[in-house]
Amino acid sequence: MNSKAQVTGWADVCAVSDVIPGTGVAARINGAQVALFHTEDGFFALGNHDPFSDANVLARGILGDIGGKLVVASPVYKQHFCLHTGICLEDMAVNVPTWPVTVRDGRVLVAQQPSAQ
Amino acid sequence: MGKPALVIIGNGMVGQSLLETLSGLTHDYAITVFSAEPRPAYDRVQLSSWFSGATTEDLALTTEAFFTEHGIRLLLGEAVARIDTAGRCVEGVSGASVAYDKLVIATGSYPFVPPIPGNDQAHCLVYRTIEDLEAIRDSATSSKCGVVIGGGLLGLEAAKALKDLGLDTHVVEFAPRLMAVQLDDGGARVLRHKIESLGVKVHTGKATQAIVAGETSRYRLEFADGETLETDMVLFSAGIRPDDKLARDAGLEVGERGGIVVNDRCQTSDPDIYAIGEVALWSGRIYGLVAPGYEMARVCAAQLTGDGSRTFTGADMSTKLKLMGVEVGSIGDAQGNAPGATTCVFEDGPAGIYKKLILDAEGKKLIGAVLVGDTADYGMLLQYCLNEMALPQQPAALILPASSDKPSLGVDALPDSAQICSCNNVTKGDLCSAIAGGCTTVGGLKTDTKAASSCGGCAALVKQVLDAELVRQGIEVNNDLCEHFAYSRQELYHLVRVHEIKTFDALLEKFGKGHGCDICKPTVASILASCWNEYLLKPQHAGLQDTNDYFLANLQKDGTYSVVPRVPGGEITPEKLIVIGEVAQRYDLYTKITGGQRIDLFGARVEQLPKIWSELVEAGFESGHAYGKSLRTVKSCVGNSWCRYGVQDSVAMAIFVEERYRGLRSPHKLKMAVSGCTRECAEAQSKDIGIIATEKGWNLYVCGNGGMRPRHAELFASDIDDDTLIRYIDRLLMFYIRTADRLQRTSVWRDNMEGGLEYLQDVVINDSLNIAEELEHQMQAVVDTYVCEWKRTIEDAQALRRFDAFINDDSADEHIVYVRERGQKRPARPEERQQLMAEAQPVRFDPQARTEKGEPA
Repeated sequence: MNSKAQVTGWADVCAVSDVIPGTGVAARINGAQVALFHTEDGFFALGNHDPFSDANVLARGILGDIGGKLVVASPVYKQHFCLHTGICLEDMAVNVPTWPVTVRDGRVLVAQQPSAQ
Repeated sequence: MGKPALVIIGNGMVGQSLLETLSGLTHDYAITVFSAEPRPAYDRVQLSSWFSGATTEDLALTTEAFFTEHGIRLLLGEAVARIDTAGRCVEGVSGASVAYDKLVIATGSYPFVPPIPGNDQAHCLVYRTIEDLEAIRDSATSSKCGVVIGGGLLGLEAAKALKDLGLDTHVVEFAPRLMAVQLDDGGARVLRHKIESLGVKVHTGKATQAIVAGETSRYRLEFADGETLETDMVLFSAGIRPDDKLARDAGLEVGERGGIVVNDRCQTSDPDIYAIGEVALWSGRIYGLVAPGYEMARVCAAQLTGDGSRTFTGADMSTKLKLMGVEVGSIGDAQGNAPGATTCVFEDGPAGIYKKLILDAEGKKLIGAVLVGDTADYGMLLQYCLNEMALPQQPAALILPASSDKPSLGVDALPDSAQICSCNNVTKGDLCSAIAGGCTTVGGLKTDTKAASSCGGCAALVKQVLDAELVRQGIEVNNDLCEHFAYSRQELYHLVRVHEIKTFDALLEKFGKGHGCDICKPTVASILASCWNEYLLKPQHAGLQDTNDYFLANLQKDGTYSVVPRVPGGEITPEKLIVIGEVAQRYDLYTKITGGQRIDLFGARVEQLPKIWSELVEAGFESGHAYGKSLRTVKSCVGNSWCRYGVQDSVAMAIFVEERYRGLRSPHKLKMAVSGCTRECAEAQSKDIGIIATEKGWNLYVCGNGGMRPRHAELFASDIDDDTLIRYIDRLLMFYIRTADRLQRTSVWRDNMEGGLEYLQDVVINDSLNIAEELEHQMQAVVDTYVCEWKRTIEDAQALRRFDAFINDDSADEHIVYVRERGQKRPARPEERQQLMAEAQPVRFDPQARTEKGEPA
């Protein structure tokens, strides 16, 4: 992103009930586009940008598990990205950034900065 | 030096087969084809279907485009007058002279008309070409009664044609039994009984001596035994004669009873002239079947292209066919002429079934068989006979009605050289290597090897080879949908129905494991929708939907969506057309007419979709389901309201059908079309469901496809009324939804169906599985619960929230950037986008951008 100013701490994004279990939504975190997913195992945040299609769409992918890994499938060309690591299952050299997420008092909080790779 | 010239005389089934084989080989011939008939090759084997609804186009085996594409000169309607072997050229009747380096005679045969006084009268006809069919049809309009002279295979086909034309039909046969060549007395007796029960009168042992003026009808046949028969029309089908006149005149060697003598290379007495098909006499025999003709065509093509090793080694004359709905099969020495031959016979009189095995003197090998009324064992018996395989201990058990201890052939015992498909010369070895190469379905084998893709008679055997080979090669066919469900789509459909499962989670808990994935979730969502038709965006279904279904629009490459309002039958008022134009203008949507007679509006961002649809719904539009695995559109021509040629109101029917099946979730998308006459302007024969108007009602075509692997739809039912049409479509679609695999179009579904079209007709038309009522009921439930998904969505505040671009921010996606081209927008290419985004920097996160209606380009 353009703004290099360091922002730390958590961004209050939405209520837990705002995201239907088993689906994702897009959110703005510190200017960046983030895909926020509500799974049975809690919330996860990945970059919304799909490196294969060059479109901001990962939040609209279908969630699931492949070989024990929680994943989202890109809605464009169907590659799977691991929700924990952002790594693409079909091409391990490709990954998308991940953001720490936490839930407090029924609110979903996403870290202002992505996790270090 | 120019290219060597190849001239082919005759464009019948065998002549065409030669051209197709040559087009798949490397050669540099300049090819000229003389065709005496006014149209390129058509399927003479299926002639009688012309009277039960098939059109001349349906019978066509090729098109003029084939000739253009391969640079073949086709002289239609140009019979050959003379072959000049000295000058090496062929002269057409209109004077055209074409030089040849190699010549192929594929003139086929002509119908034999017995020399009976009076055989040349106006309503004395033959049965071989489309022109003959037209003459028969015309004659039938002024006839009540028709007689076929000849009770052989072709004669009975012709009798079916007269029956279909509504004539009081008689068959007169000189021999004491029907199909004297292929059947024995017992088989012929059962066949006769069956045919008579269909209302055709059979007279055997009758020699016709004269055709004179009738008393009650147009003509009267006088028989040698003094009896007479009154009729309005006579159809000669007393055998065929090789059309060898050209060869005779040119001095080529011909047989005593006709036919151009050829050697194993299909060469005539002039080595540069070949003869193939019914005109060729090989080893003293004429082959009046199409499969040996095709084999000769393959041999001839190999010889012409320098592969001298391929030779014709004779052909088996066994046949299996359906005559007036009666199955008949004849294998090898059907009459048991071999010295010492013994027989086993099974006859079930009431059921009209007769089966006979002819064994060699030791009773160890099968040398012939006759099957009437039930030919299920044909493929197996043919293999026993052709491969001289040892028979089981009790050979009679082979023809007993199916029971658990009936011995099966065990295709494992077949040698690799065993020919499984005689139409396309596919051996067991060919099938096995395709299977080893990764082919695991009958449909795949059809595509890869062409086995069972012509007459389909060997389909059951192909399946047996497939099953046995998969086991033998240790290939496990895994039909599991994905790692979460150890079931096929078809099985999951049944589980959902039987256990009345309403949600994915319930199905997963009971029958699956894990969380699911992008394979099983949309599949189950589709099954649930087909069964219960609940609103797709209910919270429990939302996460299952592919993005297209989730946003009820079609995702495009830049992450925006396209919008297709339903335009039933392609009929639209100017007022509605203006609304679409205004909406497109307001939201700056790229606008394009689709192939399905609708209008596609591209470049809508998710957050714009509800606003766009509010305006469309307000104007009376509905969702077009362009995003769903469901009915897309029913294309139509303008029909008889306007068109000079139309015979039915195709637009009204298209609208009715589209409104009936709109929103129906299915294993894959469905396309339909309705044409108002046989000119077929709506291209219905390339659709899953094609409806073509006839004078009497509708012809229904099914399982066609355009796209990557085009497939012509097949004629399913003819001249049916509106109610029957809808009933059949209801049943067929529900049966498809119930039994197809995930993302399997109707064309592939049909190709993989054991029993083929006939089986499907049996299920849908004859209700052989006793499920027709249930299927209709299930379809009616879907029809009754239809709701426009977009109308429902824009009224649902909760559902609308999901269309926000960002859950915590009102900005739009800055990554979506357009440039203008030909007066409309298109997504910027990466380099264009970089530049435009840099220029647009200051207004990137302008919160106003979202509320503005027009988008800055």
